[in-house]
Amino acid sequence: MPLPDVVVVGAGIVGAACAREFALAGLRVTICDSGPIGAGATGAGMGHLAVMDDSEAQFALTSYSQRLWRDIAAELPAEAEYMDCGSLWVAADAEEMDEVHRKRRFYEERAIPVDVLDARQLSDAEPNLRRGLAGGLLMRNDAVCYPPCAARHFIERSGAKFLLGAKVVSGDDRGVVLEDGADIKAGAVVLATGSAITELFPELPVAPRKGHLLITDRYPGFLKHQLIELGYLKSAHSSSADSVAFNAQPRRTGQILIGSSRQFGVTDTAVESAMLRNMLQRAIEYIPALESLSSIRAWTGFRAATPDKLPLIGRAFGLRNVYLATGHEGLGISTSLATARLLADEILGRESAIPRAPYHPGRKWC
Amino acid sequence: MLIRINGRPFEALPHTTVAAAILATGHTAFRRSVSGQARAPLCGMGICFECRVSIDGSPHQRSCQIAVREGMEIVTE
Amino acid sequence: MITIVGAGPAGMAAAGSAVRCGAEVTVIDDNPAPGGQIWRGEGRTLAAGAVFIGQARVVSGDSGNRTLLVETATGARNLSYDKLILATGSRELFLPFPGWTLPGVFGVGGLQALAKSGLPLRGKRIAVAGSGPLLLAGAAYFRKQGANVVLIAEQASITSVARFAAGLWRWPAKAGDALHLQTALLGVPQRHGCWIESAEGEERVERLHFREGNNRFSIEVDYAAIAWGLVANNEIAALLECPSVAGTGGAEVSAVEGEIAGLVAAGRDDLAQKLAPRREKARRFAREIDRCFALRPEIRELPRPDTIVCRCEDVPFSRLQAFNSFRAAKLHTRCGMGPCQGRICGPAARLLFGWRDESVRPPILPARVGTLAAPPAESGQ
Repeated sequence: MPLPDVVVVGAGIVGAACAREFALAGLRVTICDSGPIGAGATGAGMGHLAVMDDSEAQFALTSYSQRLWRDIAAELPAEAEYMDCGSLWVAADAEEMDEVHRKRRFYEERAIPVDVLDARQLSDAEPNLRRGLAGGLLMRNDAVCYPPCAARHFIERSGAKFLLGAKVVSGDDRGVVLEDGADIKAGAVVLATGSAITELFPELPVAPRKGHLLITDRYPGFLKHQLIELGYLKSAHSSSADSVAFNAQPRRTGQILIGSSRQFGVTDTAVESAMLRNMLQRAIEYIPALESLSSIRAWTGFRAATPDKLPLIGRAFGLRNVYLATGHEGLGISTSLATARLLADEILGRESAIPRAPYHPGRKWC
Repeated sequence: MLIRINGRPFEALPHTTVAAAILATGHTAFRRSVSGQARAPLCGMGICFECRVSIDGSPHQRSCQIAVREGMEIVTE
Repeated sequence: MITIVGAGPAGMAAAGSAVRCGAEVTVIDDNPAPGGQIWRGEGRTLAAGAVFIGQARVVSGDSGNRTLLVETATGARNLSYDKLILATGSRELFLPFPGWTLPGVFGVGGLQALAKSGLPLRGKRIAVAGSGPLLLAGAAYFRKQGANVVLIAEQASITSVARFAAGLWRWPAKAGDALHLQTALLGVPQRHGCWIESAEGEERVERLHFREGNNRFSIEVDYAAIAWGLVANNEIAALLECPSVAGTGGAEVSAVEGEIAGLVAAGRDDLAQKLAPRREKARRFAREIDRCFALRPEIRELPRPDTIVCRCEDVPFSRLQAFNSFRAAKLHTRCGMGPCQGRICGPAARLLFGWRDESVRPPILPARVGTLAAPPAESGQ
């Protein structure tokens, strides 16, 4: 059977991971983007490589993908800033501590290495957290990276042909058509465009969810782990309200990355003072010493959100050779490698390590 | 007035900026760049951030924009 | 109520004309006293009645609800404005050459500012290099402070400079200044069509290498003062989406532009109109400087592959060559992501690669996290 050519639309982390995966399988790949590699949500996010437990399907995808990231960590270039810092989910009170224990049971049953920290251990692990917190859950295998450089590495190593400044205006079973009128015929089309997918397929249930981030100057040793408040889940789950949740990450540079915020229905890319204010006030509640740190940049990005919080991975409904790889919300970096593997499996007719059905684009939306 | 740079006492005149005081006392390097190169003030007006030192325990202070104070503790990298 | 950001020549002039029209005026500046860069340390004061808020930096603003977020030494304030004049002045254009990051290499204005802030220059061997009238003004100042100015190297050709000098009759005050400067610089070696190629030294600059036509020579120095031109500080204007922005051009044009802005803000367009000829004359002088002191192409070729372009993140020239936009370079090398927010490397990248840095977002200067988290309490003045 002849190997099909693939054209990947979108050179963010998901598209780049796909290019890499398809090339590993011996496919000839062309990847295109209207802008530079990783200039969309990939460049705007936190680069967190996390395992999450909102649902079995989310757990399966994130844990499989994390294994794949850990397998290739050693080959990543220095600019990809891979850091094995772990994630610390912070519990503010007894109720959140119950959630910590529930998570521990969940993860231990599935062989994910975690530790429960009491208040004292939490304070030892992260002295800059405020006094009076209840404890936390340390996810030992979680890591962070700098995604645009990881994406670039994937594309360069794949040998794929990268078309910079090529904006795709339509795609179907024969290939894609660019804004300048040129067309690229391919055996398969993979759309990894993030929330812009609705420009090509307006009926897909993918909506942009705006987020803000802020980065500080260099303070080596200020934080050791990615920190997330347990209330993050309430923020991520909310379908309509604007929300903020404390999220902080040490980068290899010593800079502290502070998030997070979520808004629906806003497409303006401007940094909104009020959202930034709320987000930072929340962060200062957890880390009082943040207040006096020097902040250098703030920016926004748009996650691709779906109604059931799971991405679209697989053949597009009603088409034969068009595949979707989008809708990853806040877990695009984390699940990029598994997304690429599952998609390659489907295109090549291989069995996958985890069930593909929960992410299938044709699934029922209830 | 008396200030201390890296623990050693120096005399400084009032209305002198910290950057001028550091240079006047013969120090050449204010900080190390991310790859370890010695750096010192460039723009003199608070926009290049090469003059940053720690003042009274606070890091990343732009020394060209801050006047010396009696007893100030200055630490260069 | 007129708020003016910047207390240099433009801001001071705006404050003066606005106060004379009876307006309530507040002037904000990052420095502790008015005067900007050119009049630093001269003890100048604002027009009587104008309020000065020193050591205050605008980090963000909202043109919709007309507020500025200002960071001070101790905290943050939200200032409301009715009319806003941005007189944020300019900074020096810094261009990379091998060794430009060595301690002891300063901007001409930078070394002047440091000297005015207490750095003794007596006995120091200083070479002044680059382009434009600022070289002479700076050299004269250094000499007056007792420095040994060993060389003034102007990259513009002698023909270009002679044309500039010959044209000064149109601005008699400027001709007088030029004569005064040349008198003050008698005995200082001045070369034209001559530019710096590299700086060398162990932990600080020790010697500079120059090129003049086909000749090369070196000179031992304690300090190097380099000036290539000016870049306008347009960040607040861009953030607030100001539709049109005046450029740079020195104290004269700044003062008349400021005076006009103050009159317009105070509702006196009629008086502002009267200043149009003076403004045009000052702008002509600024354009003449730009023309006669335009940078030669060799300046663009000074960086070697390992020459640092982004000083905040130590990104060398060779790493930037793989990209075709500032945005892509920034994303992949961190160039422009440091605390200077691209103020040093951005204009350099524009000259070297033709790139423009489009983005401007708050904070437009590094600010304490607490400043950006501060509640929006209305504090008026």
